[in-house]
Amino acid sequence: MIYTEKVMDHFQNPRNVGVIKDADGIGEVGNPVCGDMMTFYIKVKDNRLTDVKFQTFGCGAAIAVSSMVSEMAMGKTLDQAMAITNDKVAEMLGGLPKNKLHCSNLGADALHKAIEDYQEKQRPGAKEAAPAAAKSAEEQEGEAACCCPYCEGPLEGMEKVCSCHHCNIELEECPECGKYTNKAEDTCVSCGAKLHK
Amino acid sequence: MRRVYFDHIAATPLQPEALQAMFPFLKERFGNAQSLHSDGQAVLVAVDEARQQVARLINAPESEVYFTSSGSESNNFAIKGLALANRNRGSHLVLSAVEHLSVLNSAKSLEKLGITSTLVRVDKTGMLHPEDVEKAITKETTLVSVMLANSEVGTIEPVSEIAKICKTRNVLFHTDAVAAVGNIPVDVRTLGVDALSLAGDQFYGPKGSAALFLKKGVRILPFIDGGVQEGGRRGGTENVAGIVGLGKAAEIAQVKMAERSKKAKILRDRLIDQLPNTVEHVMLTGHREARLPHHASFCIEFIEGEGMLLSLDMKGIAASSGSACTSKALKASHVLLAMGLDHATAQGSLVFSLIEDNTAEDIGYLLEALPPIIERLRKMSPLYTKYLEKKGK
Repeated sequence: MIYTEKVMDHFQNPRNVGVIKDADGIGEVGNPVCGDMMTFYIKVKDNRLTDVKFQTFGCGAAIAVSSMVSEMAMGKTLDQAMAITNDKVAEMLGGLPKNKLHCSNLGADALHKAIEDYQEKQRPGAKEAAPAAAKSAEEQEGEAACCCPYCEGPLEGMEKVCSCHHCNIELEECPECGKYTNKAEDTCVSCGAKLHK
Repeated sequence: MRRVYFDHIAATPLQPEALQAMFPFLKERFGNAQSLHSDGQAVLVAVDEARQQVARLINAPESEVYFTSSGSESNNFAIKGLALANRNRGSHLVLSAVEHLSVLNSAKSLEKLGITSTLVRVDKTGMLHPEDVEKAITKETTLVSVMLANSEVGTIEPVSEIAKICKTRNVLFHTDAVAAVGNIPVDVRTLGVDALSLAGDQFYGPKGSAALFLKKGVRILPFIDGGVQEGGRRGGTENVAGIVGLGKAAEIAQVKMAERSKKAKILRDRLIDQLPNTVEHVMLTGHREARLPHHASFCIEFIEGEGMLLSLDMKGIAASSGSACTSKALKASHVLLAMGLDHATAQGSLVFSLIEDNTAEDIGYLLEALPPIIERLRKMSPLYTKYLEKKGK
């Protein structure tokens, strides 16, 4: 089995699945291109998370991560919840396969986004606006690909990709198609555009 | 727990007769087929017999069958070997967008050597249109490669029509028939191909044993430089046990194919017809009629394939998916995307490919187990919630 018992438990019996209709904060992350989308809903009272719920579109790891994050955040102060890190989530699940670590990033990100959404709404003059929605799939598809085009290892979790940490090829974004390509080559591997004109 | 195996496209169980035939070559008949002594010559006889068995399955002369280690190797051998050997004639390839990665990535490697390729689009059933291939052929084109059947969506491509076009345009034609050979009738003469890849693990032969058919007189660069094995085109001591197992599996496939495929087709049709009755928002992927007899593939909307595979496995059911999450590369299947599916839909990919042991009860068990799994995952899915909200409005 590729997952730990803990991951499988949270996948089979996820805690806190659902929607909070009158949520104080909502956080959406992810896109279907890389596989996962998560939405976190929170209720806040006296600076504390009184309820956390989530919905996840994604693999077993993504579902387990969301469940674990919701459990870790429940009842915590906002500061404590903001301090939940991706590493801690993965650790609490007994580890995740290397190419699934990006799922744990999404989980904590979605929670943090929901808290930020709440804080934004608390600000004086904040309008009863819709929560900061995730980018549409089309927008995201235009962004750089999430895998190394050479070894196909995932490139997520890196702020700005300079090289693939699996095969060590130096990468750059093609100015034409926006996908990652080998810096040493003259043409983009994805669209064939001339590089370094 | 009950185990039901629906992952033919990943691997088939080894035919017991093939295993029996292999044993002596893992034990007392260990000689090298290239040796002059009787220990070697006895083994050479077995290799030659296997070559005849494989040749008969595809109606080829035995001298046109070359043993390799996998379908991927056969594809690499054909694409790289033919493109490089014919470089003086041109440096352009035409491939379908839904080829196996061993074809697409071979072409990608050739790009670094200055040999470019054009990918021909498919329609929403995964079917290629021969006139699009014709349009893609240029004066520089030396080779066209289009698969016979697609393992992810089951669609059978109009290969003989494409081969005709290639012949009139004086371009070589290779077909990756790995998913097809042993499962549907394949005749290299009526297909009119110059080269064809096949693999034993797709028709109850051993893994690590495959072959490339190459028409006499077609120039190809050797794939492994070495000795005289495989006519000097693929060096290295023969994997004799594997070759013998492949030969036996080919012989049995030829006899049993019609019966196997008739039975599989009935079960497959039951699955294709009944699954949409038990679950909403399920679409068949691939062509409804022109498809492999043992192949049923779907996209289940609003949820992702890996979650379904894990849940099915807990119920004892083995299947596969082209979702991004199930691939190590975290990329959705290029086949489904080439068919025009969006990423979210492609994520819901599920493939059930039947083996000969599957029964009507197995299909019934699947049709019972799958709907609650889908329902559970949909309840967790933000995409499904959004869909329901939209519908309610």
